[in-house]
Amino acid sequence: MTDIDQLERTLSEAIAGAGDEAAIEAVRVSALGKKGSISELLKTLGAMSAEERQVKGPAINGLKNRVTESLSARRAELRDVAIAARLEAEKVDVTLPVRTSPAERGRIHPISQVIDEIAAIFGDLGFAIAEGPDIETDYYNFTALNFPDGHPAREMHDTFFFQPDEKGERKVLRTHTSPVQIRTMERESPPIRIVIPGKTYRQDSDATHSPMFHQVEGLVIDKTANVANMKWVLEEFCKAFFEVPQVKMRFRPSFFPFTEPSLEVDIQCDRSRPGEVRFGEGSDWMEILGCGMVHPNVMRAGGLDPDEYQGFAWGMGIDRIAMLKYGMPDLRAFFDADMRWLQHYGFRPLDLPTLFGGLSN
Amino acid sequence: MKFTLSWLKEHLDTEATLHEIVERLTAIGLEVEAVDDKATLKPFVIAKVVSAVQHPDADKLRVLMVDTGSGAPIQVVCGAPNARAGLVGAFAAPGTYVPGIDVTLSVGKIRGVESHGMMCSERELQLSDEHDGIIDLPADAPVGTSYASWAELDDPVIEINLTPNRPDATGVYGIARDLAASGLGTLKTGPVAPVAGKGETPVKLAIEAPDLCPGFALRLVRGVKNGPSPKWMQKRLIAIGLRPINTLVDITNYVTFDRGRPLHVFDAKKVAGNLVVRRARAGEKLLALDGREYELTPDMCVIADDKGVESIAGIMGGELSGCDENTTDVLIESALWEALNVARTGRALGIITDARYRFERGVDPEYMVPGLELATRMVLDLCGGEPTEAEVVGYAGHKPKVVSFPLAEVKRLTGLDVAKDESLSILTRLGFKPLGNGDVVDVGVPSWRPDVDGKADLVEEVMRIHGVDEIAPRPLSGHDAVNGKILTTLQIRSRFARRALAVRGMLEAVTWSFIPAKHAELFGGGQAALKLANPIAADMSDMRPSLLPGLIAAAQRNADRGMGDVALFEVSGTYEGDTPEKQRRVAAGIRRGTAKLEGPGRYWSGNAAPVGVYDAKADAIAALEACGAPVDRLQIEAAAPGWYHPGRSGVIKLGPRVVLGHFGEFHPKVLEALDASGPLAGFEVFIDAVPEAKAKPTRTKPKLELSAFQAVKRDFAFVVEKTVEAGSLVKAALAADRKLVADVNVFDIFEGASLGEGKKSIAIEVTIQPVEKTLTDEDFEALATRIVENVKKQTGGALRG
Repeated sequence: MTDIDQLERTLSEAIAGAGDEAAIEAVRVSALGKKGSISELLKTLGAMSAEERQVKGPAINGLKNRVTESLSARRAELRDVAIAARLEAEKVDVTLPVRTSPAERGRIHPISQVIDEIAAIFGDLGFAIAEGPDIETDYYNFTALNFPDGHPAREMHDTFFFQPDEKGERKVLRTHTSPVQIRTMERESPPIRIVIPGKTYRQDSDATHSPMFHQVEGLVIDKTANVANMKWVLEEFCKAFFEVPQVKMRFRPSFFPFTEPSLEVDIQCDRSRPGEVRFGEGSDWMEILGCGMVHPNVMRAGGLDPDEYQGFAWGMGIDRIAMLKYGMPDLRAFFDADMRWLQHYGFRPLDLPTLFGGLSN
Repeated sequence: MKFTLSWLKEHLDTEATLHEIVERLTAIGLEVEAVDDKATLKPFVIAKVVSAVQHPDADKLRVLMVDTGSGAPIQVVCGAPNARAGLVGAFAAPGTYVPGIDVTLSVGKIRGVESHGMMCSERELQLSDEHDGIIDLPADAPVGTSYASWAELDDPVIEINLTPNRPDATGVYGIARDLAASGLGTLKTGPVAPVAGKGETPVKLAIEAPDLCPGFALRLVRGVKNGPSPKWMQKRLIAIGLRPINTLVDITNYVTFDRGRPLHVFDAKKVAGNLVVRRARAGEKLLALDGREYELTPDMCVIADDKGVESIAGIMGGELSGCDENTTDVLIESALWEALNVARTGRALGIITDARYRFERGVDPEYMVPGLELATRMVLDLCGGEPTEAEVVGYAGHKPKVVSFPLAEVKRLTGLDVAKDESLSILTRLGFKPLGNGDVVDVGVPSWRPDVDGKADLVEEVMRIHGVDEIAPRPLSGHDAVNGKILTTLQIRSRFARRALAVRGMLEAVTWSFIPAKHAELFGGGQAALKLANPIAADMSDMRPSLLPGLIAAAQRNADRGMGDVALFEVSGTYEGDTPEKQRRVAAGIRRGTAKLEGPGRYWSGNAAPVGVYDAKADAIAALEACGAPVDRLQIEAAAPGWYHPGRSGVIKLGPRVVLGHFGEFHPKVLEALDASGPLAGFEVFIDAVPEAKAKPTRTKPKLELSAFQAVKRDFAFVVEKTVEAGSLVKAALAADRKLVADVNVFDIFEGASLGEGKKSIAIEVTIQPVEKTLTDEDFEALATRIVENVKKQTGGALRG
């Protein structure tokens, strides 16, 4: 056995025995450092004869290369072991829960969501959204809408009044969104296509009536709009809103002071399943809205000539169509702010109703 | 308005089924609200008890063999005391639903004896409260046939939901007229023949209030015999929910519903002297037929005799002059009353009667006299007696309205193509009188249709009788462009504020616009102009000046239900006054307990802390940011309104004058007054106060300038007086070099004895962004000095050693 073989065996054992990076470095220095054993052997080459060098040179360099290689292999091995140990030490219980994101916890009230749904549909039909004040004058709420003073129709509205002012006039909480019809006609010229969502108030309270509720009003005024167009708009709306391919609607003659002719509209549905209403099927009729051709007196109150212009208007309960679509049983709960109700019936903040992405998910 | 099918058919000759009639009524605008077709009574058949023997094991029960008219007699166990052989009664077979006991019968054993059905009492059929025994019919009642149809109990009751414009349909006759006009049969009742009276009516009537009484017809019938009205009349009155009283009174009720013509009968012997129609005198009282005493005012119209008020005109008669079974001489009244006055009087007195219902809608003036004649005829037929001549006072006759009607209006307003002849024929069938047959005709309006004023009303008449279903839906003329923005700025802001707050884990609430006066006052409201005169409840009396009291109350309700960690928001109106401009649009929110942004309650990775002023501030700024407020220019000052905690609240301003909102924890006294508790912080931002962004000619964003030089961060800590606000220190650091200092972030606040009494340390991290060249150590040194100098100048702070 030569010295070289002996040295190689010694170094191999040392490399194999190195337990960490520091030990392997020590072996490297002892072999390949300035004064390392292999470095020392290499230095001896210079003093050798050419023949001897030809034999020893490759042997010593071969040794150097092999040791270098096994040092690096051992180093890699040791790093893997170290990483494995670290990873093992860093292990956590991934089944522990994480906090939900705020966006997942937050909710939009069904009324706001349904108003957005309505805006999405009517926006597509070329309507704008108008609004008006909750506190109205008697003129805008009644007189301009062709409610004669003392007419029984006024009583149907169970109006909330404020105290009379010094002139004896008393403001009211609007009983419907229709005053905005007049305000819009005063401000804009036909053609008019608007929908008006908002709060309305009547002195009434039970499971389906609340002293505060929400209505959406629609108004179309131009030179040709008629009952046939109105039927189309309302049928298209109901199909889109209830997200069904077909609806069957029944238009019945009725009475509202501010429209003539006036109609009430029922929608065909199936109510045989408890807590659920299905539209476009079944044999029940459910009243859903009132509508009609704008009364000539209302046109005049809005400053328009009823022989030149014509149009139609409709109104329906936002809370009511929300209840029908989404199945809330009791209107009063809408205004109670019970967080369980809001979490259950509310909508996720990023569920934006659009026609291209579906009104609801 | 209720009536029975047989009643309708007394006026209408028709082959139509109940279903067809109901469908047609709704189709022509007389919406059917309910139909009671008496189907529950159909299974009960007339049966005869063949034998009745004592039950072997029960003293009070008998075992009957009953002949039901089909097959062998059936064994029935019965407990009725009148159950006996030979009795004819109403039998229910197993499988029959018995409404009075809400049970569907089955074959059962009663004390060991099988019973195959039931002999029923009137109560069990819900015909009356009679339950002393089973129904006991005449011996000749036909066994095996339907009991209900034999007893004429199967007359379907139809209820229509009458709109206030149709007084003509407050009588069965008027409804029949509408149905006949729609082609569902022919009207068979003719005009009322006058009754020949003898001699003048001895009681004279004077009208002192002609503005309230446009006509009055009166007649005396002597020698009547009053008692229970005939069975057929009672059945009809009971069927529509009226209680039979006696024949004279029942006649008035019958004519009210039959013809929409309210009447009144006085017992002539109880009337003192003559009658006068006048306004009530202040303080006058009347004991009315409902047994209650009403105090009257001069706004109300009455009929009085020498003793005083005997009747409230058009609403209700008096108890003392009413007819009873002793009445022999009856005064029959058929009058006209001014509709508005009847409505007001009825409302003021809180009386709802069938007479008021009709008068306030407007009864047919031309039927005043025929109504009296019809009532007289019925009195003579049912009670006998001798009538005087009718006395008619004050009636000037009816001048029909005439409406100029361009027939093309039907097409213009409805889209319907109705032939001219058909339009005119419909109007004629309804009693209108079209004159001529040109393109525009003058149409006389019948006296029973006060609601028809103009051509649109006539369009409705043609449309409803021709058929609304004939109108085919037609698309609204399209818009030939892509839709633009359809929401107003305020609507867009409201939507964004909602979504922004919901994304922060808050739940959107919708609370009442009216709140208790006490709550309104606590939040700067409570002014007289915003108080409801007729609130639905005492604690819903004042229009809210702020969304916060409603949200705080809502949070407390949740806490009381065991959900104390709640985050709520609302975007809605508040009211500073009663004009449109004074209605504000506000976004407000509150957090309670530990309902923090990152989540509430205890958690393995760290428990949520109680909410506080900074949570509210972050929510407020997020809402404003969503509304497009310039968040980098907001100023925060510590001067929130009094309902906030004075040391833990702030105002958000834009410039010196524009207040965009408030935030903070609440004043303990306010919470106490609201009965609310718990860690609670909230905010309110006025989204209508955010300035509108300037209209820009292009949507191009400013060019992105990326610096070639790396930004550097340097930390500074300053010792300042405790009263120094961090905001001013940050501002001073930013102002030290507006070019190089890109950002200043407060990363530590420390107070401790080592700093000295009344001192605190504020540590900031300054981001320095070189603009033109890499900065040298000297440049940094110079900038640091400028920062330290400016902070010292602005806040008195010194670099912490």
